[in-house]
Amino acid sequence: MLKLFSHAGRVVGRVAAGAAALAIGASVSAKAEDSIKVGVLHSLSGTMAISETTLKDTVLFLVDEQNKKGGLLGKKLEAVVVDPASNWPLFAEKARELITKDKVVVVFGCWTSVSRKSVLPVFKELNSILFYPVQYEGEESERNVFYTGAAPNQQAIPAVDYLMSKDGGEVKRWVLAGTDYVYPRTTNKILEAYLLSKGVAKEDIMINYTPFGHSDWQTIVADIKKFGSAGKKTAVVSTINGDANVPFYKELGNQGIKATDIPVVAFSVGEEELAGIDTKPLVGHLAAWNYFESIDTPENKKFIAEWQAYTKNPKRVTNDPMEATYIGFNAWVAAVEKVKSTDPDKVIDALPGIKVPNLTGGTAEVLPNHHITKPVFIGEIEDNGQFDVVWKSNGLVPGDAWSDYLEGSKDLEADWVKLKCGNYNTVTKKCGGS
Amino acid sequence: MRLSSPLAVLLLGLALFATLVPRAAHAGPYEDALAKFTTESYADTAAALGLLATSGNPRAVEVVDALADGRLLVDPAAGKVYIRGADGSLADAASGQPAAGVDAAALKAVRANNRVRGAIAAASGALSLFNPDPAKRLAAAQAVFKSRDATVLPALDAALAKETVPAVKQALATARAAIVIGSSAAPEAERIAAVATIADAGDQDALAVLQNLPPDAPASVKTAAASAIAGIQRTLAVWGVAQNVWYGLSLGSVLLLAAIGLAITFGVMGVINMAHGEMVMLGAYTTFVVQELIRAYNPALFDASLLIAIPIAFLFTGLIGVIIERTVIRFLYGRALETLLATWGISLILQQAIRTIFGPTNREVGAPSWMSGTVDVGHLAVTYGRAWIIVFAILVFLALLAVLRLTRIGLEMRAVTQNRRMAASMGIRTNWVDAMTFGLGSGIAGIAGVALSQIDNVSPNLGQSYIIDSFLVVVFGGVGNLWGTLVGAMSLGIANKLLEPYAGAVLGKIALLVIVILFIQKRPRGLFALKGRAIEA
Repeated sequence: MLKLFSHAGRVVGRVAAGAAALAIGASVSAKAEDSIKVGVLHSLSGTMAISETTLKDTVLFLVDEQNKKGGLLGKKLEAVVVDPASNWPLFAEKARELITKDKVVVVFGCWTSVSRKSVLPVFKELNSILFYPVQYEGEESERNVFYTGAAPNQQAIPAVDYLMSKDGGEVKRWVLAGTDYVYPRTTNKILEAYLLSKGVAKEDIMINYTPFGHSDWQTIVADIKKFGSAGKKTAVVSTINGDANVPFYKELGNQGIKATDIPVVAFSVGEEELAGIDTKPLVGHLAAWNYFESIDTPENKKFIAEWQAYTKNPKRVTNDPMEATYIGFNAWVAAVEKVKSTDPDKVIDALPGIKVPNLTGGTAEVLPNHHITKPVFIGEIEDNGQFDVVWKSNGLVPGDAWSDYLEGSKDLEADWVKLKCGNYNTVTKKCGGS
Repeated sequence: MRLSSPLAVLLLGLALFATLVPRAAHAGPYEDALAKFTTESYADTAAALGLLATSGNPRAVEVVDALADGRLLVDPAAGKVYIRGADGSLADAASGQPAAGVDAAALKAVRANNRVRGAIAAASGALSLFNPDPAKRLAAAQAVFKSRDATVLPALDAALAKETVPAVKQALATARAAIVIGSSAAPEAERIAAVATIADAGDQDALAVLQNLPPDAPASVKTAAASAIAGIQRTLAVWGVAQNVWYGLSLGSVLLLAAIGLAITFGVMGVINMAHGEMVMLGAYTTFVVQELIRAYNPALFDASLLIAIPIAFLFTGLIGVIIERTVIRFLYGRALETLLATWGISLILQQAIRTIFGPTNREVGAPSWMSGTVDVGHLAVTYGRAWIIVFAILVFLALLAVLRLTRIGLEMRAVTQNRRMAASMGIRTNWVDAMTFGLGSGIAGIAGVALSQIDNVSPNLGQSYIIDSFLVVVFGGVGNLWGTLVGAMSLGIANKLLEPYAGAVLGKIALLVIVILFIQKRPRGLFALKGRAIEA
């Protein structure tokens, strides 16, 4: 809608300016100065619409709030929304359209790792900025991308540490269950290496992958139950994605697996996903995130109230990727205000070191590796679909782009301030990976 | 309060036991436990529960119950613990007296995590071994079996001596054996007897107990355990196969439900209907709407919500089917490719329409009480929900078979399928029959949606995950033959579930596809080929 209007406005402007070429140029640039455009690249149809639609609304909400505060650099912000329809190649096309045709200066978007990988070349070629708000497998640091979701060391590793602790039940046996694609596979590779380094025996780790949208979990849940009754405390680390979660949790409930017997800690299940399930049989199962709606801080209360007012839905929940979008948006605004320009090169250079408050009472600092500092929380599912925080990290955890537990990535370092490199090898002293 | 005699025995037993525990200056273990609740640490809360279980204080049960329900409140500054009653009144946990003049808003509920919940189960197990309700005693025995807390042993012995209900007595004996087997204080003969008791239970949990003997157990106990383990594993392996077959039947019934409507539209009419999955999805959303209305206007009817949803879903999706047939498909008969593209377009339109109306997120469809829970058949846990879906799939199949065989419209449908022109010349309105047939197929898909709403996401994408499987079943079973669909669905379901444990879910599915492709190469008409002139043409 917005896009359409602005285009029409430009055309009207041109007609009004008459024949003089100079006048046309002036009117176009005058129009361009009226607003700063930000792109929103989230799927509004197809499989991923279930998760991404909320993030589109979040960016629109943040733009609205910013405009209420008087906009940015004296101009109004204007969001340009496109729908890449859960189609990975279409993400790249739509990204190109946003940057070249709509002239957006920054893009907030993507959810799945495969969509991010698909737009990377576009952002590099056209030198624009992408804020990526979802927890991911790491092993990447690009000059044009800022990762405001959790890296594995800000979510997966602390969750496993918690389960190994006394409070978490001193888990000795592990099921790593995931959907069959890049995020679960990489995360499980890191976790397996980490568990082995902690002295867990190979036969105490069971790895299981299922297709996207898997709906018949009877056999796998029965296997987990069997694996878990070997007398050692067992936990499931779930990187099961999206739609497959509801039938998975329903089957856990059906087969009577309680959190006190075999807890499941999930990295992709938040308040949004639980909205579709009766959570009574799931009480006590866990999720690791950097934000929970239930966290009681003044910032969070204000954010939830404003969000529910904006969406006119008093039941609308908030979740972790929303907070990551919030942080990314505010960091970008702060960087633009610092350099008084929306020029991508200037903003990219200004972003590392920017500090903005997060919603849980801490500060998110953009790091030289384009990740951010985050607190880590582990919450147990409550019967009202919310999470009760049972553990939080001691202070903020800086995001680590390259895992320290994987062969080939542990020597790599990302630093876009001093080294100007996303994969500097500390052994060979060269930029360019292993 | 009148002390019932089992409780008195418990108190006696526990008092005896408590005298062996060194006491703090003034306070007993009960007071120590209460003090630990006020520190707001999970470790202390769990330790406090351990103390409560053996404190012998009659209020301990009340405190544990309150903690389990989140009704145990503390004032950390004053170090006081209160129990909130069902009516909201506060009582001092230490004295049991009503607490007056306490500001409830200033109190904090004692929080529970998994570790604390585990400790609650163990403590409440130890405390309710003498509960007058046999069901509670059974649960208590099972909780003790799980916790294997050696300090409960004296109470367990007392309970065992008093117990009269055979099932509870057996559970108590098993729980006792689980403790004795790992205790180095017990005589060797008793431990070997315990192995036999555990082996009688013969399930996964028994296996876990036997596999985790302490390393210092005598050799004789270890040998007895080893032979018991081998015996249990043999039995469980047999049950494992039964379990996979059952899961296969369950998956097969889901496939049957999803495919049976397609067996009509694709199998009987020859229309490649890509929007079939969306009919299933519409059926699931109809269930959601029906449940919401029932919740809003007449919650008492909730248990019947699915039964009410079945005819509504059938009529609604059937109507949509007739509309699609009249407005789009009838212009495309005989043009398979165009039909495929047109119905695929319809499926996208329907998906996005639902997404716009109901939003992209999942909708919650509740399970009526008669569909929740499990029943144990031997070592096989049968969930009611899955069992009902199998029954339902068979009923739908039989009903459809009856419609095709016994009714006039069924006769006309078969006539049109077998020879359209001959049927037309006999005075059958083939146009009308086409519309009704498509409506019937769509309506059946809608009914399938009602059942699938119980096991899958109710989201706009629901149908997509079933469309490929449905075609697979119909093609494999033999186009145009309902029995083929039944046999096809069940054999694919069972084959999938037998492959899955060995090949994994991803490879299992691939293997199944390859098998079906090879089979179709050999028998292009599927399992049950239909014979007839029109089919040949």
